[in-house]
Amino acid sequence: MEPDNPAPSTTRRIAIDPVTRVEGHGKITLLIDDDQHIVEARFHIVEFRGFEKFIQGRPYWEVPFFVQRLCGICPVSHQLAAAKAVDQIAGIGQLTPTATKLRRLLHFGQILQSHALHFFHLSSPDFLFGFGSDPRQRNIAGVLEQYPEIALKGVKLRKFGQQIIEAITGKRVHGTGTVPGGMNKALTAAERDALLAGIGDILQWSQDAVALNEHIHTAHPEHRDFGTFPSHYLSLTGSGGELEFYHGGLRARAADGSTLHDQFDYCDYQRLLSEEVRSWSYLKFPYFSSLGTERGWYRVGPLARINNCDAIPTPLAEAARQRFKATGNGGPVHDTLAYHWARMIELLHCTESIHNLLTDTDITGTDLLTSKGEHQPQGIGVIEAPRGTLFHHYHVNDDGLVTQANLIVSTTSNNQAMNESVRAVANRYLDGQEITEALLNHLEVAVRAYDPCLSCATHALGKMPLQVTLQHTGGSVIHQLTKKTDGVIQ
Amino acid sequence: MTKPKFKIATTSLAGCFGCHMSFLDMDERLAGLLEQVEFDRSPLTDIKHCGPCDIGLIEGGVCNAENVHVLREFRASCKILVAVGACAINGGVPAMRNYFDLQDCLEEVYLRGANVTHPRIPDDPELPLLLDKVYPVSEIVAIDYFLPGCPPSADAFLQLLQPLLAGQQPDIASTRLHYD
Repeated sequence: MEPDNPAPSTTRRIAIDPVTRVEGHGKITLLIDDDQHIVEARFHIVEFRGFEKFIQGRPYWEVPFFVQRLCGICPVSHQLAAAKAVDQIAGIGQLTPTATKLRRLLHFGQILQSHALHFFHLSSPDFLFGFGSDPRQRNIAGVLEQYPEIALKGVKLRKFGQQIIEAITGKRVHGTGTVPGGMNKALTAAERDALLAGIGDILQWSQDAVALNEHIHTAHPEHRDFGTFPSHYLSLTGSGGELEFYHGGLRARAADGSTLHDQFDYCDYQRLLSEEVRSWSYLKFPYFSSLGTERGWYRVGPLARINNCDAIPTPLAEAARQRFKATGNGGPVHDTLAYHWARMIELLHCTESIHNLLTDTDITGTDLLTSKGEHQPQGIGVIEAPRGTLFHHYHVNDDGLVTQANLIVSTTSNNQAMNESVRAVANRYLDGQEITEALLNHLEVAVRAYDPCLSCATHALGKMPLQVTLQHTGGSVIHQLTKKTDGVIQ
Repeated sequence: MTKPKFKIATTSLAGCFGCHMSFLDMDERLAGLLEQVEFDRSPLTDIKHCGPCDIGLIEGGVCNAENVHVLREFRASCKILVAVGACAINGGVPAMRNYFDLQDCLEEVYLRGANVTHPRIPDDPELPLLLDKVYPVSEIVAIDYFLPGCPPSADAFLQLLQPLLAGQQPDIASTRLHYD
């Protein structure tokens, strides 16, 4: 099959490979003509996992622990989305108050640690040192050296989120916790008290994180249109339109702020969304079916959630949201770099919510399980993962073995938007210029705003080989593969 | 005179990034480690290609041609190469696709997926050639140390690195070694 838009033969190719300071692996390619004009700019996802195939035949109760191992950055979000689907398959309705609150606490811990990691460990060097600063300094080690107070607050905020996850699931990464109909372990009073001990500092640092990002965004007018464009937004909201990460209805807003859907039942997501396949990325391109591939793409994640919700049910984060909203002049805030500001508002909301849950008497309850009901042939679980709305959908047979799986992970929903941002920055900053490392980092700054989670594959330098030979360390050939010109792999 | 720092490179092949997350779980101890070491190529830095390094940490198995290339680059650049976590050591969860035909996996996702528009199998030259199976890193290059776990804990990372930085053989407490 021919690639989309084959390039004229006179163009020069530049690749940013791998894109760094993101979780996982992607690459950006530019095609530039003789006059240094950008002909094409693309953000490729080069990973392929095939999860939908190899999960087939596994028992449904394995799924939450299985799927979380496809992502080490937000394993809890995958575990919880799958757990919600598995509850449906087991015919379970409402969980006990303690189980529900433990799952919510677990998810707040996940979002807190992920948001802290993303801003402080990965993205903050761009803002503290400048987009075009010395690449040898532009990393968390450089921030620890130059801005130890900021870096250490970030490290400790992430640590707190991880400690919550560890207390509930037994491990910081890939723990257990959920079972069909509830949770497998109560939170002890001692564990709760240990988590509450430092909450005052965590609250203060969370507010500092919002203030820092608010300052960065408002003090730099050039940030406002950096890779910015109007887009639609999708997220869950609570029944009253409030910010909600764990359970709710889908709300879709159009670029002008009007409502496309509200409290849309996520079990009907296949009526709402379709996914387009393109030849140059393993990541699909989702869109609202009613608007089509050209107009129907949308953004998810912190920017979508803060734009979509009518209120945040904790006071400090709500006050921060009001200040955020004021920059939108009555409409959605489309600024791509405002993702960071929105992310820190959510981080503050997580801290306030964690505080509330840890002081709720239900949280140390021991009534953790609801009885199973009638076995169902399918289950759909949807949750707001740190990077956006996450869909898990499983079909099972009468023996409880998975026969079909469909996942729309958060970063997939931002695929078109990341490409739009890369194109916008390429055309604004790189077009007609002599390409330098500093300019190339501008493209990565745009991608990092989305906090893409691309875990799995990695890249080679130079031209892709059409034949690869795997040799044992002893020299013997293990396997040889050839890709023919028609794309068939032998 | 300041002692030159040890250089550490890290990469994720076909893994989930969980081992890198666990590495960062050293929390404040990361600052102490950075007094002794500096990162070369790593997802945490903007160094795109590995230079000469003392220690390389590899997370993930080998699922495509670029994984092979990066792994060989690490082997050539790093004096000590460590396979970190279940995927690097035995392929882990991504290797579950080894029970299926690769073409069938691709068709399931891109041709038979729910609500798919323009069904086709991505085949652009920018996409790396997939291997028929996911391989452990030790099938491709010689590995000096294996740090098991899904993922290994932050303590396990430190108990591996501290002796290596002191020129000694690591001796990790069995309580720190997990295979789950």
